[in-house]
Amino acid sequence: MKMTLRALLGATVSLTLAGAALAETTITVATVNNGDMIRMQGLMDDFYAKHPDIKVEWVTLEENVLRQNVTTDIATGGGQYDVLTIGTYEVPIWGKQGWLVSLNDLPAEYDVDDLLPAIRGGLTVDGNLYAAPFYGESSMVMYRKDLMEAAGLTMPDAPTWADIEKAAAAMTNRDQDINGVCLRGKAGWGENMAFLTAMSNSFGARWFDENWNPQFDQPEWKATLDFYLNLMNNYGPAGASNNGFNENLTLFQQGKCGMWIDATVAASFVTGKDSTVADKVGFALAPDNGLGKRGNWLWAWSLAIPSSSDAQDAAKAFVNWATSKEYLELVASKEGWANVPPGTRTSLYENPEYAKVPFAKMTLDSINAADPNAPTVKPVPYVGVQFVAIPEFQGLGTTVGEIFSAALAGQKTADEALAEAQAAVTDEMKAAGYIQ
Amino acid sequence: MARAASPRRTLLTTLAAWSVALVIFFPVLWMILTSFKTEASAVAMPPEFLSADWTLENYETVWSRSDYPRFFWNSVVISVGSTLLGLAIAIPAAWSMAFVPGKRTKDLLMWMLSTKMMPAVAVLIPLYLVFQRIGLFDTKLGLILALMLMNLPIIIWMLYTYFKEIPGEILEAARMDGASLWNEIVYVLTPMALPGIASTMLLNIILAWNEAFWTITLTTTKAAPLSAFIASFSAPQGLFYAKLSAASAMAILPILILGWFSQKQLVRGLTFGAVK
Repeated sequence: MKMTLRALLGATVSLTLAGAALAETTITVATVNNGDMIRMQGLMDDFYAKHPDIKVEWVTLEENVLRQNVTTDIATGGGQYDVLTIGTYEVPIWGKQGWLVSLNDLPAEYDVDDLLPAIRGGLTVDGNLYAAPFYGESSMVMYRKDLMEAAGLTMPDAPTWADIEKAAAAMTNRDQDINGVCLRGKAGWGENMAFLTAMSNSFGARWFDENWNPQFDQPEWKATLDFYLNLMNNYGPAGASNNGFNENLTLFQQGKCGMWIDATVAASFVTGKDSTVADKVGFALAPDNGLGKRGNWLWAWSLAIPSSSDAQDAAKAFVNWATSKEYLELVASKEGWANVPPGTRTSLYENPEYAKVPFAKMTLDSINAADPNAPTVKPVPYVGVQFVAIPEFQGLGTTVGEIFSAALAGQKTADEALAEAQAAVTDEMKAAGYIQ
Repeated sequence: MARAASPRRTLLTTLAAWSVALVIFFPVLWMILTSFKTEASAVAMPPEFLSADWTLENYETVWSRSDYPRFFWNSVVISVGSTLLGLAIAIPAAWSMAFVPGKRTKDLLMWMLSTKMMPAVAVLIPLYLVFQRIGLFDTKLGLILALMLMNLPIIIWMLYTYFKEIPGEILEAARMDGASLWNEIVYVLTPMALPGIASTMLLNIILAWNEAFWTITLTTTKAAPLSAFIASFSAPQGLFYAKLSAASAMAILPILILGWFSQKQLVRGLTFGAVK
């Protein structure tokens, strides 16, 4: 009898332990809707095979909606999300606030030293890696090789803004509806201000001096805006103040732009099946003015774990898998090397197979040419190439973006726009307590 | 005797009505057309009204990439649930304001309406925290309550307006015949105000179906309705207009069909008491 009881007890304990071992942990991953993220959702079988005890639920939202929901959840300690897809703008701010879990303890095989230094630098705060890059990008010049050749010009690998102006003038053909250059004009901190802020870096401008005083009244910003407005008014498309990434992509794909300076991710679109000029596209680094900084930005969609998550170990396992070298190989094996999420690991660019992708080298060079911790010619108190990593920047960037977009639409002069921007930013920085 | 309208006048009126209807409906039509185009055709400049290469690929992609039935079911439960709960509260409230008004009834009505003037984002954090703490976050019950409260002022106002058109003497007669309050509301008032109640119900279902701010903010995976389904296909980089249009068409189609079949009831209710 005693033996039977003991056996039953033992069996119960074993079953309980087995049950606990098999207990499933569900993690909620908040993500944006882009091709790489969608592809990952289709490759989850590999993750489940390696982690049968973890179930992943997805919340896919538009970038700004995601930002709002995640901010609300994190600020209130809600814990609704276990893994967040966030950009290089959020990581320094949220990391400093203590809202994110440090990823310094990822296993050795993750090989954190393999991450591209510029990208890793943008995701590290006080020595802590707060997000693992899933996909990185910079900006570069995409140009029509056939039009350049017809104009008798050659695009240097590292052009200056003077080169760009010269090429734009030569390629513009209003009769054939070809604009020399297409650039962002639509207002928004992530639209025209991403481009203009990065461009201003190459003109020696900066948003703030070391004491957070706005700098739009300085000659560098005037040079930036004057050059941009002249370039767009003379050689840009009609209605350019309404053009963002998608509008310019459409124009370029339809053969209506000689050059387009925008995100490196666009390279796969302009050489893809929807492009009428797919076989005529060349790539070059974003332009400079010989001041030591190029007009290219740096962005990475990265996976981070909020400190409010109650499934941090499972979340780490997922982040480890999704941003690992093995994941890149998995994508390559299923979808080809051209579809591998770019811009995160050095080893990817050392891979001879990946080197065959036409825009691979220029993407790497562009990313390496950006430094989020020293983005400008003169010193600044902030991190970020095409943004200023402070919570107020979304509002500031959009306000200034609207002012500059209005200048592009001809509603105000460059001087008026700069004076207005200076006043608006000064007011906001005073209200936020940065300056007196 | 009313004078018959001249054929010319009738023609002009008809043309004007069709023009206005077309202008109002055009964005929906454009979206539906776009949903059948390729991504390249969807963003072509100048815009292609009729595409050369129609495709069902967008619908296939949207269907395969999302759990549409789950989002759809959540939308049905949330919009119908919040409407029925709202009516259960609003009918007695509107009855009391219409037939037993007090000194402060008008003030009360104005106060209720004034709550709609507050921007939703002003109560985002408090409501988010409350939902988190009491376990209503990402639940259909939570959204039913939230949307019911959002739309309650409108329901009460609409019902109040309809009830005011019903002569109080009829209810008095019912009372003299021995009808209880419950019988008076259920068997006398409700049947008489049915067109008004029906149009209020339909309007509320449409409002709840289309609500996007709260339904996206207060849900993640379990209770997310079709508004979240649409949001998941919006992207700032890359061409997803055709897919987004297909997702939007799939989201509005049920409510469009409901509106189409109930348009007579809706118009009758909305114009109830307009002409005396």
